[in-house]
Amino acid sequence: MSGVPLAVEMRAIRKRFPGVLANDDVDFELRQGEIHALLGENGAGKSTLMNVLSGLYRQDGGAILVNGLPVNLHSPRDAIAHGIGMIHQHFMLVPTQSVTENILLGLDQPRFLMRLAAYERVIADLGAQYGLHVDPRSKIWQLSVGEQQRVEILKMLYRGAQVLIMDEPTAVLAPQEIEGLFKTLRAMVAEGKSIIFISHKLHEVMAIADRITVLRKGKVTASGVPATETSKGELARLMVGREVLFHLEKKPSNPGVLVLELQDLQAENDKGLPALRGVSLQVRSGEIVGLAGIAGNGQSELAEVITGLRPASGGQVLIDGKACIGGQARGPRSSGLIRRLIRSGVSHIPEDRTHVGTAPNLSVTDNVIMKSYREQPIARGWSIDSAQARLRASALRESYEIMVPTIETPVRLLSGGNLQRLILAREISSQPRLMIAMQPTRGLDVGAIEGVHHLLLAQREAGAAILLVSEELEELLSLSDRVYVIYAGEIMGEVREAEAATIGLMMTGSHLSDLVREGAAPA
Amino acid sequence: MTSLESKPRRGPWKMPFEIHLEPRMDQPRWLGWVVTLGAVFLAFFIGAIVLKLGGGQPLRAYGFMVRAAFGNSGVLSDTIVKATPLILVGLACTLAFSMKLWNIGAEGQFFLGAFGASAVVLTPLLPPETSPWLMIPAMMIAGMLAGALWGFIPGFLKARFNVNEIISTLMLNYVAVNWNNFFIFAVWTEGGFQMSPKFPLTAWLPRLTDYAKQFPELRGLTTHLGLVFGLVAAGIVWWILFRSKWGYEIRLVGDNPRAARYAGINIARNTVLVMMLSGGLAGLAGMSEISGVVHRLQGAISPGYGFSGIIVAWLAKLNPIAVIPVAILFGALIQAGREIQPSGVPKMIQGIVLVCLIASDLLLRYRVRVVRRPRGA
Ligand SMILES: Nc1ncnc2c1ncn2[C@@H]1O[C@H](COP(=O)(O)OP(=O)(O)OP(=O)(O)O)[C@@H](O)[C@H]1O
Ligand SMILES: [Mg+2]
Repeated sequence: MSGVPLAVEMRAIRKRFPGVLANDDVDFELRQGEIHALLGENGAGKSTLMNVLSGLYRQDGGAILVNGLPVNLHSPRDAIAHGIGMIHQHFMLVPTQSVTENILLGLDQPRFLMRLAAYERVIADLGAQYGLHVDPRSKIWQLSVGEQQRVEILKMLYRGAQVLIMDEPTAVLAPQEIEGLFKTLRAMVAEGKSIIFISHKLHEVMAIADRITVLRKGKVTASGVPATETSKGELARLMVGREVLFHLEKKPSNPGVLVLELQDLQAENDKGLPALRGVSLQVRSGEIVGLAGIAGNGQSELAEVITGLRPASGGQVLIDGKACIGGQARGPRSSGLIRRLIRSGVSHIPEDRTHVGTAPNLSVTDNVIMKSYREQPIARGWSIDSAQARLRASALRESYEIMVPTIETPVRLLSGGNLQRLILAREISSQPRLMIAMQPTRGLDVGAIEGVHHLLLAQREAGAAILLVSEELEELLSLSDRVYVIYAGEIMGEVREAEAATIGLMMTGSHLSDLVREGAAPA
Repeated sequence: MTSLESKPRRGPWKMPFEIHLEPRMDQPRWLGWVVTLGAVFLAFFIGAIVLKLGGGQPLRAYGFMVRAAFGNSGVLSDTIVKATPLILVGLACTLAFSMKLWNIGAEGQFFLGAFGASAVVLTPLLPPETSPWLMIPAMMIAGMLAGALWGFIPGFLKARFNVNEIISTLMLNYVAVNWNNFFIFAVWTEGGFQMSPKFPLTAWLPRLTDYAKQFPELRGLTTHLGLVFGLVAAGIVWWILFRSKWGYEIRLVGDNPRAARYAGINIARNTVLVMMLSGGLAGLAGMSEISGVVHRLQGAISPGYGFSGIIVAWLAKLNPIAVIPVAILFGALIQAGREIQPSGVPKMIQGIVLVCLIASDLLLRYRVRVVRRPRGA
């Protein structure tokens, strides 16, 4: 063993949930001043293990040592008192309050008088020290996801965290934000703090982690392997127990009829500012069309307009040549329009799986039938055929490998990746004619990503038109037949034999035509 | 460190322990019922202590209450009579609460239901000699329609203008009571008294005692057809919530409105419909009460059934079938209360049950832990 002292030691941690042994005698060691990545397939028990360490769950067996001394962590408060802070996948901030107020929330100090200005300075200093730039006075709702994450980190630093646990922090970040986060993490370890980092993106793990621990089905399959002594392929095998191909076999595209056409589409965002400024694009049956862009450039609004969730303020959407939305579109609006789109085979994998895609307290079955409960065979007159619904849920659980004790389990108990699988199962199994897929592989493990890629390609072969929105340029390029690049609500151009560098330039606001003229891109 | 809180000020004295609340992430399904039952028992236990302190004999008092509510067929029947409107109102609240529509206007909808049913008899829309086979259904429909109207108003305001339904339903309660009073005092008053004339027998719901000729043991039992309304309604509401497409929509909207919208559900329309059916059920409770028990329209027709219904629904954990036993428990408390007036013990128990239940909800969501304060910390 090396002489570096251990910040945290978890010994034989065992945690059982009804129907699953989420952690089966897990040993885990975190050295002082290291970044330790925790890997594992969906439902392997990573979040559970870290919830135990952060005091949210109580282990059924096993011991936790912090700085060599055994501790009892009954609550997140206890954990932070021992210097352990966790940042969850879903942030826990009060939207209407300012950054400073959120950071001070729940602390003993200040007691009565809020001398906010003084605290704001302290927090700004702390932010500057670690490269966590965010205005202490702004309200949470005004912040982007990346900024909110910085607030969460600041909150933990302010509480004196020596060990920071981050559960899939990069899943919600744009590429440059990830760079920024990594800088912060490196600054923190340079100060002697230690970090546990959960991610499914192996290249990130290889880039940032010192050592790696892999979980599989609740057990450790690799413990504290130095990142320099392993490879992506080996990690993938340790995670999913089989060889994973990082390479996609794709048949040549064979586009058919025009399914989706956007003509000069305009829409506003939640704050009433223009989010789409005249977007025109086409997707044919049997092709996957990628939409590249940095998050917040109108992709979410675009998906929402096409699926009827957001009104268009100008232009129109044609599906199968018929105007459905905006322009001369006739027919129902709002919920009626959404129903009509669902009926005509438009499926939607939403960006926000917990707030839009699922109902957390309803069962797996109830969540699976969300789009199909109106029609045969799930519907029978006015009633729902619960036998059919259960049949459907069991079948999807089987074929999409959704790990869940029973189909009556409320979906809030599903692991992040399994929730995503449930949504994918629902949206893909409906044999869509048009599919709007937003970040479909976010939060999935490497094995599941491979599976989703195959599913998307199978849909393409079956003649579906797929609009794929992703921030993972690599994924986008390998799956898509054509790629549009969006920037500030405008299409910068369309590339066929896409080249990453060109797309990168377009994502930051260069029109393709300009690039071609300057010779920076092939004509 | 930069932290300003590094040297926390300490007060002069602190308790040697702290009480921590930890949010529960995982709660087994049985826990809810166990904690609820536990809360009811605890309430009776606390009540016993209070009785003892007051110099009473808790066991005897409880024994008396049990006998007063369930002791013989006569009091049992009276308990059921009290429980009948509670079942219907409890169902009204269950339905609305399932969609997270906080209808606390069941009391007003109850009054309007009573008014609607009375209007059939007193206006009169139907002559007194009408066959009960027509009269009773007409009164039911009128009562439900009037209640539904009283639910429609806040439902529409919410769906259209996003008016908070808690405020609007609460306010409409006062309007409903005064609306009734206007008719009792001015229009349908009987010789200046604050009540309408008695209804003709054709407008009475059949009671068990009406069959005493064939079955003598039924003599004096006042349980009326309203109980059947309640039982059937419980079955229907259960079917709606857990077996029908509409109920699925209600539960989906109640759990996550954004997901419901994503699934293409018309939330505004459901808001109005659910408020109407909820109001209709409360209205039916009003109809059954005046047609089955009071037999005239008057001011005092409800000892707060509409509000007790909220508690009943909550206690039953929004399960329409569980509403029935819970309503009977509450009916028993009301009934026993009448028997041992003026000591007010059942009122006290009712209050303690309520407090314990609300507290038990906290237990369900949090784990309470007492920790010793470390010395010198
Ligand atoms: N509170 C809970 N109640 C019941 N089961 C739970 C609970 N939390 C997690 N589980 C189950 O425990 C298992 C491990 O879940 P966990 O969230 O730790 O997985 P994970 O490794 O974080 O996966 P992912 O990569 O998908 O986020 C899963 O099968 C999950 O369904
Ligand atoms: Mg997880």
